[in-house]
Amino acid sequence: MQTERATSIRADELGFRVEAKALLERVRLHADQGRLVGLIGPNGAGKSTLLRAIAGVLRPHEGAVWLEGEELESIPAREVAARMALVPQIAPDTHGFTARELVLMGRYPHLGRFQIEGAADEAIAREAMELTETEEFAERTLDTLSGGERQRVFVSRALAQQPRVLLLDEPTANLDVLHKLRVLDLVRRLVDEGLTAVAAIHDLGMAARYCDRLVLLSGGRVLAEGAPEDVLVPDIIESAFGVRSAVYRDPATGSLAISLIEPADNGRAHAPSASGNGRNGQGADRHGSGAPVAARRRSG
Amino acid sequence: MREAARPVSVRSFRQSGVSARLAVGGVALGGLVLLASLVSLSLGPVDIPVEHVAAVVLSFVGLDVAEVGRTEQLVIEQIRLPRILVGAFVGMALAVAGATMQGLFRNPMADPGIIGVSAGGALGAVIAIATGLTGLFFLALPSFAFVGAVGATFLVYGIAAAGGHFSMATLLLAGVAVNAFLGAVISAIVILLPDNEALREILFWLAGGLDSRAWEHVHISAPLIVGATVVILLRARDLNLLMLGDDEAQALGVRVGVTRVVLLAAAALATGAAVAVSGTIAFVGLVTPHILRLALGPDHRVLIPLSAIAGAVFVVVADTFARTIIQPAEFRVGVLTAFVGAPFFVLLLIRNKRQAYAL
Repeated sequence: MQTERATSIRADELGFRVEAKALLERVRLHADQGRLVGLIGPNGAGKSTLLRAIAGVLRPHEGAVWLEGEELESIPAREVAARMALVPQIAPDTHGFTARELVLMGRYPHLGRFQIEGAADEAIAREAMELTETEEFAERTLDTLSGGERQRVFVSRALAQQPRVLLLDEPTANLDVLHKLRVLDLVRRLVDEGLTAVAAIHDLGMAARYCDRLVLLSGGRVLAEGAPEDVLVPDIIESAFGVRSAVYRDPATGSLAISLIEPADNGRAHAPSASGNGRNGQGADRHGSGAPVAARRRSG
Repeated sequence: MREAARPVSVRSFRQSGVSARLAVGGVALGGLVLLASLVSLSLGPVDIPVEHVAAVVLSFVGLDVAEVGRTEQLVIEQIRLPRILVGAFVGMALAVAGATMQGLFRNPMADPGIIGVSAGGALGAVIAIATGLTGLFFLALPSFAFVGAVGATFLVYGIAAAGGHFSMATLLLAGVAVNAFLGAVISAIVILLPDNEALREILFWLAGGLDSRAWEHVHISAPLIVGATVVILLRARDLNLLMLGDDEAQALGVRVGVTRVVLLAAAALATGAAVAVSGTIAFVGLVTPHILRLALGPDHRVLIPLSAIAGAVFVVVADTFARTIIQPAEFRVGVLTAFVGAPFFVLLLIRNKRQAYAL
């Protein structure tokens, strides 16, 4: 039986345009408390835009975001920051702040205007840095760290914010395989302890393995959503990414694995359905039907 | 690499908490500003022994420790003290506004002048002098300069925010354009001016100076400067987040639009008030926060208050030199700060070549 879970994040019919181009069109998303929702989709699908809209750093032209049942617009910015944290895709230039100072900034939303972080805040920051194994370069300025190290520092800062909702934009993009697993394991563990997370994840296998639900965006629209095995089927993958694939259970991890075989338009001049545009796999030039979770291979 | 090259003591001080850095820096710089003021009070055409200076200063707080001659007392009370105070407030305003601008622009090369404050103030002052209004009432020059300074800032901001989309890069470019335009207007006025006396007055004013500043100048500038500094201090933490970018700041609870306007306005008011009573004193706003940032790190909760004190030290010391090195004549403090500041600026440019243009 399904137990009733509170909805932490609800995005309702979000629309966002830059000039005439729609980056988000009628996008709906919901994330229940204690769930990890993965955003997948090709470049330019709107994953970052959607995360920024949910974080409140970008105001959608249509629709609204609800955080724990309250409309985001109606909550003061500082209170939003005390409840929800965002890990940016590209760690910004930090102008000489050390990693520790940066992580301590995660405490700002919890401090009064005149308050300076105290021993308790220092302890929270230290613990957050231990979780991402960044405490060894706590006193180094961020420009001396590698891209992956910086990304982990920003994950630490989000943890130091002690949010109930964590938004991550490609949190593992720059990480080596070990830290990719460590960071995702960490997020998974926190989610199992009650955190709600929405993460844009490029790696479909990682998304399938760690997320409870996936939302597939393409061309600013939701192309598919649901459990990983319902979303990650060759037809849908081809329609969104323009790539032929095989999906199977990985015997080593027990989770879904996706083998990307080749671009679907190999041998043809253009890529007509690569951007999807909500055609839901009904593209005119598709061939073959393919059952879910079944590999379709070209012979030879 | 750069980190490792620093001496250990500086590193561990840099790593200490916000309040520790504030306390140590505050005591050190506070001592310096007192020392500089006492020395400055004793130096000049009439040499006054430091113990007499101390006696006069103590008498302000009701402590009579020694008899001091009437002349010495008058020189201190009516000539040197107000001048030092004006210098201290001007230095405070310029350094705080400089630190704020550098944070807002995410660029250590930013300066209050970047948004047209100085050029606007200069134009206001030039108009007041050229029209002869300065001869009519005392407040003409400072009030014209102030209106010019704040007006130019609003113009630059208006251009950057035009079309409903604000951009810091546009703000910078609009500042360049408005500065160039105001400079041209000033040149035109100077060229067309028939009156040599006014011309000399304009040149003098543009060089920035504190000569014959009186208590009135303290009274009109200090409240604005102190008020603006307090407003900026209250947002020092937000400034830390704004340095990381608008998205970052918003995600960590800063109302970006409002905060930026408040900070820009406060910096413009402080600079406008400074320009109104001292003309354009160069490089204080650039150099002071930069040196502090190297020693204390970029946290604005440390940087802003200590810039306020360090800026005061800088201008008081520079002005003491300006009025004593070629006695009985006087050098202009604005010229002196540029003498020190310009070579330093070049050093910064060379050191920071990589980030100098990163906005």
